[in-house]
Amino acid sequence: MLMFLQQVLNGFTLGGIYGLVALGLTLVYGILHVPNFAHGALYMVGAFVAFHAMNAWGTGYWVAMMVAAGVVALLAVTSERLVFSRLRNASGIHPMIAAVGIMLFLEASAQAIWGADFQRMPTPYAGVVELTDGISMSAQRLLIVAAALMLMVAMHWFLTRTLTGSTIIVMAQNRDGASLIGVDANRVAMMTFAISGVLAAIASVLYAPVNLVYPAMGYLVITKAFVIIILGGMGSVPGAIIGGQIIGFAESLGAYYVSTDYKDIVAFALLVLILSVRPQGLFPGRGR
Amino acid sequence: MRLLSDGARGWLLPGLAALLFPLVAANDYHLTVMATAFIFAIATLGLNLITGYAGQLNLAHASFMAIGAYTVGILSVDHGWWFWCALPVAGVTSAVLGWFVGLVSLRLQGHFFSIFTLCVGYIIFLVIEKWESLTHGTVGLMGIPAPESIGPIHFDGLAAQYYLTLAFLAAAIWAKRRIVNSLLGRAFIALRNSEELAEAIGIQRMRTKLLAFTLSVFYAGMAGGLYAGFARFISPDAASVNLTFDMMIYMIVGGIGTVAGPVLGAVGMSWLTQSLQFLQEYRFMVFGPILILLVLHVPQGLVGSLSVGRLRWQFRRGRSHAES
Repeated sequence: MLMFLQQVLNGFTLGGIYGLVALGLTLVYGILHVPNFAHGALYMVGAFVAFHAMNAWGTGYWVAMMVAAGVVALLAVTSERLVFSRLRNASGIHPMIAAVGIMLFLEASAQAIWGADFQRMPTPYAGVVELTDGISMSAQRLLIVAAALMLMVAMHWFLTRTLTGSTIIVMAQNRDGASLIGVDANRVAMMTFAISGVLAAIASVLYAPVNLVYPAMGYLVITKAFVIIILGGMGSVPGAIIGGQIIGFAESLGAYYVSTDYKDIVAFALLVLILSVRPQGLFPGRGR
Repeated sequence: MRLLSDGARGWLLPGLAALLFPLVAANDYHLTVMATAFIFAIATLGLNLITGYAGQLNLAHASFMAIGAYTVGILSVDHGWWFWCALPVAGVTSAVLGWFVGLVSLRLQGHFFSIFTLCVGYIIFLVIEKWESLTHGTVGLMGIPAPESIGPIHFDGLAAQYYLTLAFLAAAIWAKRRIVNSLLGRAFIALRNSEELAEAIGIQRMRTKLLAFTLSVFYAGMAGGLYAGFARFISPDAASVNLTFDMMIYMIVGGIGTVAGPVLGAVGMSWLTQSLQFLQEYRFMVFGPILILLVLHVPQGLVGSLSVGRLRWQFRRGRSHAES
């Protein structure tokens, strides 16, 4: 039972990280209707920038996170301006291929700058917190759960309660309609990319001390984030958050009860299983 | 212009050049590069069938190639099969597995299909890496025997291996031309342009897409089998998604939705990579932007742009004839 509770806590951690990444991905999909394969690379760049800031410039953890968020947001907006905005009228697979091109470029560049080695990111929260008798959790994991929860609530509030936030929702629902009521499509697209970049960077800097930093680190996270937004409905914000938790739990319980070797397969197996039965996903329609 | 067009005569000159290449090749290394490029050209021809013609971006293509390679590797190393018996089994294994994957994945529309195949590719990679009793895990399969002699023809020399891959490439091109010029090929293109319209004129959406997918992974399986016999060593990296991206680049550079494009792309890009040694490791730093620029400015690739250019030229010439 204790072990089970421990796995549940781990699931919350994973779910928080996956949820943040999936949230950015789903927002961009809502605006652009392109699966942004480069999103995982942005996640990876976030971790490396923070790592670099802490190592080379000696900044603290939180400052490094802000630097990473800024750099990644800038990269995301640049990719939108230079590539995606120009491909808005291109049909079919071309925008997807361009996204892959950005991803390949970012991964190779990170490898050229920082090397292919696995790096360990230091954290000021290395201690372990005793929650109750026998159940403990590292302070970093606790931080992840709290930060992810806060960010998700903040995002939900931003998207539903503020005017700027609702322009994103409006444009995702109907681009032409949004233009008609005076929404500046370019501005909203850039803002959405910036937000998705910030979320990816924060997620990666939160998770990096638990995991490791390396050029291919974004790959697994992004594929799982894709699984999540397919399950939760492409473009759906609550779907991304709930889907993140589902995959987080499935993976952490799968690692414990099935096999750690195959823990990464759990998410994909779940996807294959669900889509075999329900090709339209778990929560179809534009649930928002 | 005719040279790179999809006309049958256009293949004569490149074919002749490929036949004579071993005579002018400076060393064995060049032959190896070329033969490897041919093998990837075969796989890319398959990728182009589902992606360029039927309009579905399959991101698990390299994994199906790996399935073919491992089929040959496991059968010949662990079970003592002949290469020539194992090779067709490699194609069929890929096709059968692909049929099942297609059955689920092709029910999904566009983007979902690509994401789904990305996940499938990763599952295949993990299974190959972790299922040690079958695949030898991360160690990989070593000492895969070279193809056995057929009568007086021996395949232990590099030149013979080169001609073997060339023969398979020629067969692959011939088959692909037959497919895309048939009614079936037109059905693929119709589906790419509009699934609804295609259905309205009586094309069975699911059956046709499934056929395109199965055929395309059959190409991948055969290419993988050939690769195993040529490289004599395979590891789980054969299923890496980066290889799919490589093939995607070959396809886009050469010309998506053309027969000659993937061949030109595979050969050209392989030589580009080899001639710029620093590119080996960081090739995607250059290829990534190339991919983006091509998608933005030359979406039809080299061969596609040439054909469009030729059509325009013919059109203009026709008009000036009419005017004079």
